[in-house]
Amino acid sequence: MRMRKRITLYILLILSSIILFFPTVYALMVSFMNGREVLSGAVLPSSFSLDNYKKAFESLPLLSYLWNSLVISAAVMAGQLIVSSLAAFAFVFIKFKGRNALFFLFISTMMVPWEATMIPNFVTIQELGWINSYFGLTVPFFALAFGTFLLRQHFKTIPKELEEASQVAGLSRFQFFYKVVLPVSKTSLVTLGIYGFLTTWNMYLWPLLVTNDETVRTVQIALKQMQTKEVSTDWGVVMAGVIIVVIPTLLLLFGGQKQLQKGLTQGALK
Amino acid sequence: MNSAPLTKESGYEVGDLPEHSEKAFPLRKDFWQAMLYLLPSFVLFSVFVFYPMFRTIYLSFFLTDYDGMPSVFVGLENYAYIFTSDEFLKSLRATILFVLITVPAGVILALFLALIANEKLKGIGFFRTIFSSNMGMSVAASSVIWLFLFHPSLGALNQMLSTLGLSQVEWLLDPTWAIISVSVTTIWMNTGFAFLIILGGLQNIDEHLYENAGIQGAGYWYQLRRITLPMLSPTMFFIVTVSLINAFQTFGQVDILTQGGPAESTNLIVYSIYREAFVNYQFGTASAQAVILFGCILIVTILQFKFGEKKVHYQ
Repeated sequence: MRMRKRITLYILLILSSIILFFPTVYALMVSFMNGREVLSGAVLPSSFSLDNYKKAFESLPLLSYLWNSLVISAAVMAGQLIVSSLAAFAFVFIKFKGRNALFFLFISTMMVPWEATMIPNFVTIQELGWINSYFGLTVPFFALAFGTFLLRQHFKTIPKELEEASQVAGLSRFQFFYKVVLPVSKTSLVTLGIYGFLTTWNMYLWPLLVTNDETVRTVQIALKQMQTKEVSTDWGVVMAGVIIVVIPTLLLLFGGQKQLQKGLTQGALK
Repeated sequence: MNSAPLTKESGYEVGDLPEHSEKAFPLRKDFWQAMLYLLPSFVLFSVFVFYPMFRTIYLSFFLTDYDGMPSVFVGLENYAYIFTSDEFLKSLRATILFVLITVPAGVILALFLALIANEKLKGIGFFRTIFSSNMGMSVAASSVIWLFLFHPSLGALNQMLSTLGLSQVEWLLDPTWAIISVSVTTIWMNTGFAFLIILGGLQNIDEHLYENAGIQGAGYWYQLRRITLPMLSPTMFFIVTVSLINAFQTFGQVDILTQGGPAESTNLIVYSIYREAFVNYQFGTASAQAVILFGCILIVTILQFKFGEKKVHYQ
């Protein structure tokens, strides 16, 4: 590559990174500032004090919100993996009448935006007595057409010989499913797992609707609370809250980035 | 929650499932076995997707009481009402404006980032991580950060403006600026995902194509126009569809940044439905709005598949 092109690219890359990453870094800096520094419009904190983090945990039951988010995200992740892999297995490995029509029906659910159906869904959750319960926040998300689709794409690449061999070995269909198909599809399962965890952790509208006390409230709603709670917002504390909320997802993302990219593009385009 | 990406393939490939299990397992009980595997999905979809879809349409023809139960059948009156209500028309206009700002700008930005991050340079992995990092930022976290950046006196944006000697902007208080501010926040949040998908698409392009072109002395822009963009069209098609659908579903940014104001200028459709249903308890008219939202997304999807597909080049 020519020198000039290389330099241009580096300049573009660095500039873009600064612009894109500035809000996040700035939030991190503000989370260390005391009230006076925030008001004076400082860019860097004078010291990296953790006072705001302490205050954030004191002003709200943040630990229990974090725990709620963790339980809910893990439950949705597990639920989606189980329900979607079962369905995908049937679509690939069992031949039955109406398979294509049923698959089309599954895919059509992707066109129904969750927000358009939230009114009856809210009423359903209310009637089930699932307001302020983990059930209301998790069960509605277990079935996922996108997940079924992604896994189906991967299951289709499993060689036929594996299926024949496992029959010769005397495995039942269900044993073939969890002893052979699931282990060889680890990549797609991890991708779907990360995707499910991230989207659930970051969910906003639904938890806002179906929780109205602290028992199962998630961290995302805690952020809204922190920001609206006081008349003159203590921005240092709020930013500490933001950092606490995004750290788990950023870690998960950085850890699983390659995996996620591979799995998502595969599902999307192949 | 983001919508599950709707893929190119959804309408098509249904027919070419492999003939897997025919020989390996007996055919007889296959149908009922398959149903058993599909049962969990089927029950959940019925309760939380199909039933509420029809229920929403049903409710949109009724006036509802305080428990949200239908009380008086009014036919199309709810629709007549929302389409003459100034508030809803403003909301529709704001939604369309928002979609027209965020989708093209977001996709072009992500394409630009993916192009410069697809070069083989030292330390490129670091830049890729930075560019995709916003994917981990939740709606609530992003909105709170930007709420501070937009702050009239403390916010970094106005401070930069005053350092440059420019007059300050009322980012969230001026109706014209407010929709732009919400859009900027949205674009910033969504770049990570679009970037990752487009980068994946770029990496799938066969290197030989460039090698051949390079030998014949084709320049960067020529290669971009003649090889990269055509080969990337399926990915772009996918990401445009996903972005469009996401844009229609925007809620969190509005709730935290502007609450639909000022003067309804950022009252995007989902926020409008939310307020009508859960603040005003008008489930009937809220359902009519929800049906309109569903219609918008349906139209976008159909148009995409009908017209987008022709311009797409498949390998």
